Amino acid sequence: MSVDVGTGVVSASRRRARPRLKVQHKKAIAIFIAPFAVLFAFFYLVPIGYAVYQSLLVIERDGTFGEAREVFGGFAQYALVFQNGPFWQSVTRVFLFGIVQVPVMLGLSLLFALLLDSPLLRGKRFFRLAFFVPYAIPGVIAAIMWGFLYSPNLSPFTAITQNIDFLSADLVLWSIANVVTWVYVGYNMLIIYSSLLAIPSEIYEAARLDGAGQWRMAWSIKIPLVLPAISLTAIFSIIGTLQLLAEPQVFRTFSSAVSSTFTPNLTVYTTSSVPNVNLAAAFSVVLALTTFVLSFGFLKLTQRKEAK
Amino acid sequence: MTATLSSPTGAEPTTTASGRRAPAGRVARESPLSRASAMIVMLVFTLYFLIPIWWLFIASTKSTAQLTSTAALWFADFNLIENVSSLLAYRDGVYLKWMLNSVLYAGAGALIGTLFAAMCGYALAKYSFPGRDAIFNVVLGGVLVPATALALPLFLLFSQVGLTNTFWSVFLPSLVSPFGVYLTRIFAAASVPDELLEAARLDGSGEVRTFFSISMKLMLPALVTVFLFQFVAIWNNFFLPLIMLRDETLFPVTLGLYAWNSQVNQIPELRLYVLVGAFLSIIPLVITFLLLQRFWRSGLGAGSVK
Repeated sequence: MSVDVGTGVVSASRRRARPRLKVQHKKAIAIFIAPFAVLFAFFYLVPIGYAVYQSLLVIERDGTFGEAREVFGGFAQYALVFQNGPFWQSVTRVFLFGIVQVPVMLGLSLLFALLLDSPLLRGKRFFRLAFFVPYAIPGVIAAIMWGFLYSPNLSPFTAITQNIDFLSADLVLWSIANVVTWVYVGYNMLIIYSSLLAIPSEIYEAARLDGAGQWRMAWSIKIPLVLPAISLTAIFSIIGTLQLLAEPQVFRTFSSAVSSTFTPNLTVYTTSSVPNVNLAAAFSVVLALTTFVLSFGFLKLTQRKEAK
Repeated sequence: MTATLSSPTGAEPTTTASGRRAPAGRVARESPLSRASAMIVMLVFTLYFLIPIWWLFIASTKSTAQLTSTAALWFADFNLIENVSSLLAYRDGVYLKWMLNSVLYAGAGALIGTLFAAMCGYALAKYSFPGRDAIFNVVLGGVLVPATALALPLFLLFSQVGLTNTFWSVFLPSLVSPFGVYLTRIFAAASVPDELLEAARLDGSGEVRTFFSISMKLMLPALVTVFLFQFVAIWNNFFLPLIMLRDETLFPVTLGLYAWNSQVNQIPELRLYVLVGAFLSIIPLVITFLLLQRFWRSGLGAGSVK
């Protein structure tokens, strides 16, 4: 005999036929779900739908100074998006950024997590906190801070910054990459480290009996077991990379090499400020779809690898 | 993959609860070279992570002239108090307004957002009803949608109803935390036993009352994690206030400092105010993080599994 919480029905052997399940606690469920659901609908679903709708409109005027009307334009805005050279340059730019910055950042996070999890270190709590502190700094503030650190005059490292122009067109993308890495390594390190902590110690005992050293254990045991955590951090890093806006926008004030269409999201913002909301909406939809496809694809890829 | 709650097992063999190393009877298989290089690597990176913040602190204690003339990583005259006073007085104390705005947007927003997310996650975990899985899948999709992708759509929507450039235009969207629903659902399923709920029902307690008096306490680590996460997300959210707000008195402190930083060429004294303002603004964040980081760890342990 067991009590089924959902139906509140004690199932004895005679209730084999599938009864009509009565939903219990309807009012309570509604109370619990309603606030989030309403806000989610209004501020996630409706805006997305409205942006898609706006992206399908074009502005028509009667003559140059006539009144503007928004009419259905089909995919006209999307045609403009695909013809927009600077936009696709910005997409290439963030792809390049991502291909380098994400592996470097996650590689460092993994290394630090492994070191924290090994018997090689003392003062682990100190390192854990010290490495996590940059995550408490908002990206905008971190970008402002590093903008000063890169400057030839105000930086504590003028010996370096006066010789290497970190804000030049060649280097500014990687200077921004450094800011992002600086902020997020500790955070990703903690995610991977939490996953490492959940590995049962019996596995290590068995490996040690087999004569495995620290590095061998890290390579053959720890890393495979934390691959889910690593892929989680990778997905969020990829999403974040494609959405890059705050750091480049701040760097615009430090470096003339950062154009108003430096990253896709910057293009969205600049276009909406013109204001050309329909085109901006189209850019936004294309960017969101790309992000979704990439992160979803990566998720499926890693899930399939795990299932093997 | 099975869900595990992070309870440190023997995987941390060298530190006990009081932080002491394990007795020396263990044979140390790791060579001094390995240990030294590990320490060196970590110390070098500690410098990398902390020196910028240290520099910011030092810079906040200097006068404008001293910023360029004195050694950057150590104090000149200690002017911090004067700098802070002039910062707070500048332009009728707009900086304080910004800090208050940030606290409202992020603090109140995360608090209410966590509550709503926890209620929803709890209901999804502990009750069965038609459409439950559909709702959860939609929420999961929402987790993958970054805040920046929503900024423009929200702006379009708020423009349509003429509500841009208001407090609510930033506050209301911040109340939505799909990740919060995801995390609390997992946590509620694992840490709130059905038997307890049954017992409460038999005692005559209503569902809502049970939630607030019993279940929420059991879900506390997840609640703190969600709160911290949402707080950080709102405080960091740059695109939304950037695109929504024109009125300087509504700015969160991040947007305000950015605006000042953009005017540094025209108004040179802003340079020092940006630095001091930045330093002041991160103090509450760093303190909150350090105080609550152990909740973060146990909450993350529950959430970082697939």
